Amino acid sequence: MQESKKAVLTLEDGTKFEGFSFGYEKPCAGEVVFNTAMTGYPESLTDPSYEGQILVTTYPILGNYGVPSAEKCSEANVCDYFESNRIHCEAIVCQDYSWIPSHWQSERTLSDWLKAEKIPGIYGIDTRALTKLLREKGSMLGKITFEGGDDIDFHDPNQENLIAKVSTKEVQEFGEGAKTVVLVDCGTKYNIIRCLTRRGVKVVLVPWDYDFTTIPYDGLFISNGPGNPEFAEETVKNIRKAMEIGKPICGICMGNQLLSKAAGAKIYKLKYGHRSHNQPVRLAGTEKCFITSQNHGFAVDNDTIPEDWEPHFINMNDGTNEGIRHRSKPFFSAQFHPEASSGPKDTEFIFDDFVKLL
Amino acid sequence: MQEEKQTSNDVKQIKKVLFLGSGALKIGEAGEFDYSGSQALKAMKEENIATVLINPNIATVQTSEGFADKIYFLPVTPYFVEKVIEKERPDGIFLAFGGQTALNCGVKLYQSGVLEKYNVRVLGTPVQAIMDTEDRELFVRKLDEIDVRTIKSEACDSVEGALAAADRLGYPVIIRAAYALGGLGSGFCDNREQLVSLVEQALSFSPQVLVEKSLKGWKEVEYEVVRDRYDNCITVCNMENFDPLGIHTGESIVVAPSQTLSNEDYHMLRKLAIKIIRHIGIIGECNVQYAFDPESMDYRVIEVNARLSRSSALASKATGYPLAFVAAKLGLGYGLFELKNSVTRSTSAFFEPALDYIVCKIPRWDLGKFHGVRREIGSSMKSVGEVMAIGRTFEEVIQKGLRMIGQGKHGFVENKGGDIADLDKALSEPTDKRIFVIEEALRRGYTVERIHELTKIDRWFLQKLMTIHQTNLELEEYDSLEAIPDSLMRRAKEQGFSDFQIGRAIFGDRMIKEGESLSLVVRDNRLQRGIRPVVKQIDTLAAEYPAQTNYLYLTYNGSQNDVDYKGDHRSVVVLGSGAYRIGSSVEFDWCGVNALLTVAKEGYRPVMINYNPETVSTDYDMCERLYFDELTYERVMDIMELELPHGAILSTGGQIPNNLAMRLDAAGVNILGTQAVDIDNAEDRNKFSQLCDSIGVDQPRWRELTSMEDIDQFVAEVGFPVLVRPSYVLSGAAMNVCSNEEELQRFLKMAANVSKQHPVVVTEFIQEAKEIEMDAVAQNGEIKLYAISEHIEFAGVHSGDATIQYPPQKLYVETMRRIKKISGRIAAALHISGPFNIQFLAKNNDIKVIECNLRASRSFPFVSKVSKQNFISAATRVMLGLNVDKPAKSAFDLDYVGIKASQFSFSRLQGADPVLGVDMSSTGEVGCIGDDTSEAILKAMLSVGYTIPKKTVLLSSGTARQKVDLLEPARMLHSKGYTIYATPGTQRFLAQNGVPAIEVYFPSEDKQPQALEMLHNKEIDLVINIPKNLTPKELSNGYKIRRAAIDLNVPLLTNARLASAFIRAFCEIPLSEIKIKSWDEY
Repeated sequence: MQESKKAVLTLEDGTKFEGFSFGYEKPCAGEVVFNTAMTGYPESLTDPSYEGQILVTTYPILGNYGVPSAEKCSEANVCDYFESNRIHCEAIVCQDYSWIPSHWQSERTLSDWLKAEKIPGIYGIDTRALTKLLREKGSMLGKITFEGGDDIDFHDPNQENLIAKVSTKEVQEFGEGAKTVVLVDCGTKYNIIRCLTRRGVKVVLVPWDYDFTTIPYDGLFISNGPGNPEFAEETVKNIRKAMEIGKPICGICMGNQLLSKAAGAKIYKLKYGHRSHNQPVRLAGTEKCFITSQNHGFAVDNDTIPEDWEPHFINMNDGTNEGIRHRSKPFFSAQFHPEASSGPKDTEFIFDDFVKLL
Repeated sequence: MQEEKQTSNDVKQIKKVLFLGSGALKIGEAGEFDYSGSQALKAMKEENIATVLINPNIATVQTSEGFADKIYFLPVTPYFVEKVIEKERPDGIFLAFGGQTALNCGVKLYQSGVLEKYNVRVLGTPVQAIMDTEDRELFVRKLDEIDVRTIKSEACDSVEGALAAADRLGYPVIIRAAYALGGLGSGFCDNREQLVSLVEQALSFSPQVLVEKSLKGWKEVEYEVVRDRYDNCITVCNMENFDPLGIHTGESIVVAPSQTLSNEDYHMLRKLAIKIIRHIGIIGECNVQYAFDPESMDYRVIEVNARLSRSSALASKATGYPLAFVAAKLGLGYGLFELKNSVTRSTSAFFEPALDYIVCKIPRWDLGKFHGVRREIGSSMKSVGEVMAIGRTFEEVIQKGLRMIGQGKHGFVENKGGDIADLDKALSEPTDKRIFVIEEALRRGYTVERIHELTKIDRWFLQKLMTIHQTNLELEEYDSLEAIPDSLMRRAKEQGFSDFQIGRAIFGDRMIKEGESLSLVVRDNRLQRGIRPVVKQIDTLAAEYPAQTNYLYLTYNGSQNDVDYKGDHRSVVVLGSGAYRIGSSVEFDWCGVNALLTVAKEGYRPVMINYNPETVSTDYDMCERLYFDELTYERVMDIMELELPHGAILSTGGQIPNNLAMRLDAAGVNILGTQAVDIDNAEDRNKFSQLCDSIGVDQPRWRELTSMEDIDQFVAEVGFPVLVRPSYVLSGAAMNVCSNEEELQRFLKMAANVSKQHPVVVTEFIQEAKEIEMDAVAQNGEIKLYAISEHIEFAGVHSGDATIQYPPQKLYVETMRRIKKISGRIAAALHISGPFNIQFLAKNNDIKVIECNLRASRSFPFVSKVSKQNFISAATRVMLGLNVDKPAKSAFDLDYVGIKASQFSFSRLQGADPVLGVDMSSTGEVGCIGDDTSEAILKAMLSVGYTIPKKTVLLSSGTARQKVDLLEPARMLHSKGYTIYATPGTQRFLAQNGVPAIEVYFPSEDKQPQALEMLHNKEIDLVINIPKNLTPKELSNGYKIRRAAIDLNVPLLTNARLASAFIRAFCEIPLSEIKIKSWDEY
């Protein structure tokens, strides 16, 4: 049995959860969010949308299948098994950690990976009790400290521009094809790039505040990203210009919120967000339903969607907005993640729909 | 709701539906279909659709009042189902809720045009889709159309064809039979010899066998998929087998969700499952089984079950998602989006449950009960039941589960060591004991890697087992409880160690004698440290949404309880019956459910503790609170201390709760009804015998075993045969008749190992005596309700295997009167308040008591349903202290007869001798009602799989007395035009008495015609083979014939009295004269 250092997760309301360390041991702080997915920790940890957050996994056992290679890249600079080039969340919290993983693709343990990337991980926490608390009181700030280590102040990541923090600093190109898609990087997951290039288009990845209307393109794609959409006013302005241009636009997650803002709708913060692989959505006005992967804390207010737009998808559990579409123009979006990774792939057709429009 | 109804046009057209049950419980088809059928019936009730159910399994919950509107206790065969359709004229039929039995029957009715003729619509998955999944060749072709990989295989309809196919594929190969239950007739073959014997056997059940390349060592993963008519699909759950491919999923330890699949693995297989269900066109639920390469993402689809299955029942319990209920609604035309999640009641049923716990299913085998059976487990199912453990670490659930299977194990570690001569062989050739072999290997220093090489079990699981082993070693280093650090004590509990296991690690062999008291010492020490379990809810959404769920489990991996306790003493805790096994199955589920319903009706909050995923009692809408957890003293006390109930009911769950009576009583638990001290007076043979003596009740002579000298003296007194058994028995475990000194010595050794706390007793065995049962309910020692029933067979056949008749048809009035009187005296002496059962022997008007149980017995549902008086409701009212009136005398005067017949699963148990004895071997039962004994017997025998012979019967009877018994039936056979074949002795006897028979020879005689050959050539329609007595020598004489009959699927009877009754029945009553009457028409 491994000897592990004691660690404490303290929430802003004073609640303390005591556990043990299995990652890097440095105090950290962020917004505490839970995810009910039962698989996909390498994908989640590298998902830029988790920037600034302490991730709590409700599935109690973590690390079972280790961590795959960071080296294997079928596409230049896009690692096959991860969603970005580093871990984005501040820390990960679980009930039970599997010290010795088992999987043919595993190259190292989750513990070793966390240590290498200087990210704390703690186990021995009643993550169900913690999740219930977050559900009842809403997402809270929290911090993790270690026995005999330093304390740290709470930190609210939503007060800073996380999009700017995770976005690419320069324009990059991926794939080849007759058609060019501009992908605005608000914190994109690699799988959005993979889903586009796999469909034979050239992807031009641009920084979040880049004026892409100055370059030629056949379609615009707005990525997912972390934090508060209010910080991305610059992107919203550019999207408005793109709407004038009239070429197809698709947004995912943060992209849905920014497209909605550009259209004139309002955004609000959900009490505790949707972070799971089992969110049911319905294609508005049909009997078609899909299980989706989600990871968001903010949502579009259905009641503020302007006249010439309409809800595209609706969440079947709580009725919240899951995407919008223009009534006549090729503009649409999804709040969920059609690129999945991690999660179900049932809505990947959205990429097909988009590429067909180009 | 209004709006929803309008979108489902189909609902309105369907006014009456027919459900087919799965009949008697058998290996491969057990309680899970009572559970799924009951849920489907609830779904119909919600829609106000009239329901007709055909199921001869009288002990089930679904065949109880309040579930189906009309119930037919008739065989689920095309003939009877057509008759019921003709009479009831249903609009629709559901085929998916009665296992393979219902599915096969439905397909036949469809193919023969019966459904079309009566305009009965098949609801849910279309029959074509069922056929596409059932016929291997069609199935492979169907999946080829969408480029989904299946196991490379060749369908063959002859042994020669199978040999050629195997040569092409290369050995080892696996053989599967099409249209077969739970892998019946399947197996691995390493060479031509094995292939010939297996294929020959399989072809006797199935028109087609499949020869496949073996993928031994691959992972086995399943998905439960749901689809509605709008093409919306979800996967409710996935599951991973601990045991790799090669072991039938029913024989495997299974966890949910999968543990060793990455996100890519999980979702690739999930996506495929949805692709498959769409292409096949399932409406409702189906199960997709994969073989998955542990070294790549390569996969094969093993099979698709286009119906509710054992796995779907498990998935329902594992997730809280009511698959059968939803599937039934989808069959009516609903869309998933129109239905609500029945746990949250606010979110949609179109979702995929997120688990925040892990479940582990472990099969329960009873191979020890059969003579000659092979203990290896493989591609064909042998287990008779299963348990499901819930927790928050794998270590916790595997240890819980290994306790739950109830085979005397305390978890993964700290069990009595077994002698394993060849450890490598025991690891690589799995038996029902393999998990414990792994523990032994760890003890002997095997590495995870070495065990993996030998077993192919994924290293992740083995590593977790290693963790338990290491914690155990740490514990063993201490020799006092106080010295154990808090952190280690807590870690041990988090890894599922029981107080007993911790005690054994510390106190060693002292636990053998002082186990109970030392476990209490551990408990006290632990509680002082503040280490106690917490109660968690199963809410389908991992706490994401608020849920008022009452579906609970306990874990040490957590810091907070999910529920609040009122402490108002208004709850009543009913203890369930645990894993189904030989001797305890669905009948106790019925008892438990009826206790819960009565408790609720009388204004208390019913609480259930049980851990069997195949049951209705563990459906969370049957009670106020369901603790899906262990029935150990430790866990029951954990719950009692939280619940602070009004009291506990121990008498409706069979022997497991009964055995806890003394300890729970000592801990201050209010046991409702008969008190613990009286239960002990009945259970303890010595005390019971003294009591009988004191009230003038006769028993067969018996003596407690202490030394060989005493036994010899006793046997000299009473003579052989004698019955040997330990006290505290259920289903005759380790009980046997010994006919001579050698057998006696052997069995004593075996029985003494069974229970050390209770002495072994030797009883005189009375031959050719009638066995009579008294099932009753008493209040304060006075009998209020009773049912006397008689066995068709003479005493010596276990009461669980015997064919039972109620009301009795051949008992003297005097015998009845005396039985009532004796029962009254016993009830008074034991101050019985609640259910009880007494078994009697009657010979020459001598009546002796052979057993008395102060709890509900196996026959309670049978007598309750035949007499139409719910014995459990009455007993529960008594236990709640409410007055119960005696029914009018006329209530016992029935003008019809009920027959309870047993279902055997010998065909599953390769090598087992299909002969009945004092040890129980049946896996299930049916109960049928007729206007007289013959009609009821005929229905019952047809229900357990017998068929009326067409032309030929093989007779081979034992003793002179048995030959005489069979003479009259043989005459009837002859006069009905049957050709009788008989073995030499029997042939001579028949000829001397004027019944012509053709002589056939035993395998040991080198003469023609050979009995075995005739069986192989299908020249015999019914085999009656009566062993002379139960000595091994006698048994081996007819063994080959009996076994061949079983393996070749020829009906076999081994008891002269039952054979006579059956022959009389089918000779007297033609099939067409059997009345098609529902339960309420009697």
